[in-house]
Amino acid sequence: MPLELEDPRVIEFDVRTDEMLVNMGPQHPSTHGVLRLVLRTDGEVVSEVEPHIGYLHRCAEKIGENLTPRQWVPYTDRMDYLAGMNMNLGWSLCVEKLLDHQLSEKALHLRVIIAEMGRIASHLVGMGAYGLDLGSFSPFLYAFREREKILDLFEEACGARLTYSYITPGGCTADLPSGWLQRCADFLDQFEPIIQEYHALLTTNAIFIKRTAGIGVMSPEMAIQYGCTGPVLRGSGVDYDLRRDGEARYTEMYDGYAFEVISEQNGHYPKDHDYPAVPKDAVLGDCWHRFYVRMLEVVQSVDLVRQAIDRYSTASGDYGVPIKLTTKLPKGEAYLETEAPRGQMGFYLVSDGNAIPWRVRARSSSFCNLSVTADLCRGCLIADIPAVVGSLDVVMGEIDR
Amino acid sequence: MADFFEHTLHFPVWLAYLVAALIHCVLIIHVVAVGALIFIWMERKISGRIQDRLGPTRVGGAFGWLQTLADGIKLIAKEDITPGDADVMLFKIAPYVSFAASFCAYIALPFSDGWVAQHLNSAVFFVLAVLGLEVFGVILAGYASGSKWSLFGAMREAAQVVSYEVPLGMCVVVPVFVCGTMNLVTIGNMQSGLFTNWLIFNDPFTFAIFWVYFTCAVASVNRAPFDLAEAESELVAGFHTEYSGLRWSFFFMAEYGSMFLVSGLAAILFFGGWNGPFPIAEPLATTLVNVVTLGNAESWGGLSTYLANLMGCVNFLLKGFVGVTVMMWIRWTLPRLRIDQVMTTCLKYCVPLAAVCFLGAMFWQLNGMPTGNDLMGFQRGLQTEGWVETADREATAVTPAGSADLSADGESLVPVAADRSDGDHLSGLAENGGAG
Amino acid sequence: MTGTSFVSRLQQKFGDQITGSNLEAVDPWIEVAPESIAEVCQFLRDDEELAFDLLNCITAVDYFIADPKKAAKAGWEPHIDVVYHMSSVSKKHSLVVKVRLPRWKDGVEGQLPEVPTVSQVWRTADWHEREVFDLSGVCFTGHPDLRRILCPEDWVGYPLRKDYEMPLEYHGIRGR
Repeated sequence: MPLELEDPRVIEFDVRTDEMLVNMGPQHPSTHGVLRLVLRTDGEVVSEVEPHIGYLHRCAEKIGENLTPRQWVPYTDRMDYLAGMNMNLGWSLCVEKLLDHQLSEKALHLRVIIAEMGRIASHLVGMGAYGLDLGSFSPFLYAFREREKILDLFEEACGARLTYSYITPGGCTADLPSGWLQRCADFLDQFEPIIQEYHALLTTNAIFIKRTAGIGVMSPEMAIQYGCTGPVLRGSGVDYDLRRDGEARYTEMYDGYAFEVISEQNGHYPKDHDYPAVPKDAVLGDCWHRFYVRMLEVVQSVDLVRQAIDRYSTASGDYGVPIKLTTKLPKGEAYLETEAPRGQMGFYLVSDGNAIPWRVRARSSSFCNLSVTADLCRGCLIADIPAVVGSLDVVMGEIDR
Repeated sequence: MADFFEHTLHFPVWLAYLVAALIHCVLIIHVVAVGALIFIWMERKISGRIQDRLGPTRVGGAFGWLQTLADGIKLIAKEDITPGDADVMLFKIAPYVSFAASFCAYIALPFSDGWVAQHLNSAVFFVLAVLGLEVFGVILAGYASGSKWSLFGAMREAAQVVSYEVPLGMCVVVPVFVCGTMNLVTIGNMQSGLFTNWLIFNDPFTFAIFWVYFTCAVASVNRAPFDLAEAESELVAGFHTEYSGLRWSFFFMAEYGSMFLVSGLAAILFFGGWNGPFPIAEPLATTLVNVVTLGNAESWGGLSTYLANLMGCVNFLLKGFVGVTVMMWIRWTLPRLRIDQVMTTCLKYCVPLAAVCFLGAMFWQLNGMPTGNDLMGFQRGLQTEGWVETADREATAVTPAGSADLSADGESLVPVAADRSDGDHLSGLAENGGAG
Repeated sequence: MTGTSFVSRLQQKFGDQITGSNLEAVDPWIEVAPESIAEVCQFLRDDEELAFDLLNCITAVDYFIADPKKAAKAGWEPHIDVVYHMSSVSKKHSLVVKVRLPRWKDGVEGQLPEVPTVSQVWRTADWHEREVFDLSGVCFTGHPDLRRILCPEDWVGYPLRKDYEMPLEYHGIRGR
């Protein structure tokens, strides 16, 4: 911050400081992969942040122009590799939209179970890594302990722990193994009390609040201007969630589920009576709120999975048979966004009538969420940069595709 | 010890002092190096257990207790890299400066009654001053590395350590004026007896100031939540980003060395040093010697004192370990503060708190208000020091009789049971609440 | 609001700048003349009934077939579509706007086709336009900082164009 003095020479001669350009990343412990931020700093104060991306660019869209939609599913896994299931779901729904393929009731509930479990797993990493960004190591391992159990369940269902390719256009690759639902329900019962541990270690921790409350404040208008979505948008108090407000093809999955959008309305979060109150230093739209929205979404996903398990066991139909590899796509185009853990993940599919799409496009949520960094970090301290970038919870695989 | 070589073995003075210094040096370096070995292993086990992991389990058998040694061997075998932009000489010197500072401070740290490398009347002052030098190594490392992250780390460390020296100094002064001496051995001995004699229970203000001391000590040795100089999520690794291999491990030895040092200092200043909560070491040692020597304890007087001191040393090490363990516990629990918050903690909370406690403790002393041991009906330990001090000897050497006495029988290492006059005087003051 | 009312409202305002629409498609879309895209977007965002405050995505689709026999059957002239997907947080509706550009400006190979930027309307467009410029080779006039974003600065060519060929070598790394 430049000081305003009557005689500018005081600064010039007495406390003249030089600005310094610092490269934060692409090899840096807290940039969540290979993000590179070029900081212009004056001592500890950062006057300008410029993100440079593209270090993980793997030409996914170009590859998609040479593969059939089902063959491209594994590439969506590798976009947001922390929530592969949700990426699969987004792409599958987009293809089904173009094909106008209807799923059975059972397949829809199965997708809800899988997608919400994926959301829990992803938010656990987001939470743990955020603790790590702020220098608290243990919550990271506590988060991974629980995430491992979810990955075990996923492994049982599809054989993979990271790149699932489980949800494919037309349904899923396999039905759930026997006893899976019970194990899943057991996990939820065991997991739910543990969330309070996370709150004790991070959400209500005095140092954590000091580091996050009032830092990186983003107004709702700014969030929408930058196209921020997901917890980042809801952390600013915008009541918008594609699971409720999205396209019919997506929201029909959640028809009949009791579910509230997690965003602060009139100073209150849904169900926040069970969870720590908002500290008085926190400003709506700051890092703390973004983190808190994520934590509450975990609770809500637990609730949704419980409902989905009940409905799945009584639902009719089958888990959905994947479309044939060589299914010809109708001529036309379809764009569909789903609510992935990190925001609205959109897929755009243009077809010229062949089995191989003419053009595929992935609209990445982290891509838009990250673009706000330059504005949020202007004038903050170096230590706030991990706090702000961490609260956006970006995954570079999704940004660079 | 120098006296022993000089008078008993008739070494020349310079050789006597050299040999004594070397022996002390080797002993202390073992405390630091072996201490670091144990502490790093402890840190791994403790962090592992805190995080639902096991920590090392394989190297060296059941508890992975040789893990650190294996790592040490790996570090020695690693390439010693110097960045191209580095100021080579300073870059290479920096870890040694850091380590030497931490190591030198041990010179004045007693491990038991009289078990100290060098008796210093101003030991408290010496320890703090030398420990403060550690920051030079860090600044040198940051400056010489030729890396911006290192520079940030060094600047943070400089700002932080220098400002935390202020409240740390204020905290340390309180036990000093309660005891009326800066000699750590004397301070330790004055807390002998029941645990109510420990200075932390002296009055409410010493109790409060211990917590301020501990906070400042954690900050001054750069442990979480004040580990900004090496904040890995912000500054990659801070000042030691560019270091590898053995040089890097020297910084760690220095860090663990100073961790134990400040914990040990806390043990002496507030927790009775080598005196256990109940005064059983001396009788126990005498009984033991009595049993072993079939009632001839009198002629084995030195042995029972030695045994008692050994127990005291174990006692002291335990207390130091507890302090270090608490630091580890804090590190693996709390997030890191931001640099401005670290400075605020120091200037807005620690300094005023330390000042209030300082004034409060002084007020308590001046008015002779009841201390912990008063309430229990025990007297503050009057015995000041078990071993003749250099200063004492020099003082007595002025009188020919005294010097004749000492040099005649050549036994300068005889334990002196009698109180030292000035110690008596000062503790008398403390008890009577006389004007200081 | 439905697709038809969007179109009528826009046509009322912009007249022949709305060059086409397809309301029967899976996602109904409206085509706008390239030079007026910025004003149309401004209107779409600021109009109280439309209120498209969230720009979801900008995509460029290259329509080009190298093989002349197949190209003859394609049913379209080679061109690039820039597709804007937008939605409204408050009204909860969405819209697709397309702009049709030539593959090269004035037909000269290497001259990037131009379209006015919408980055002053939505900040999201800033990075998305950079990405489209980087991968598909569309120049957004008036963009504050039109640089490559995913590819390295010295990369040659526009990878998502259908006639793109991977370079043989990039800084000593074999390309293909």
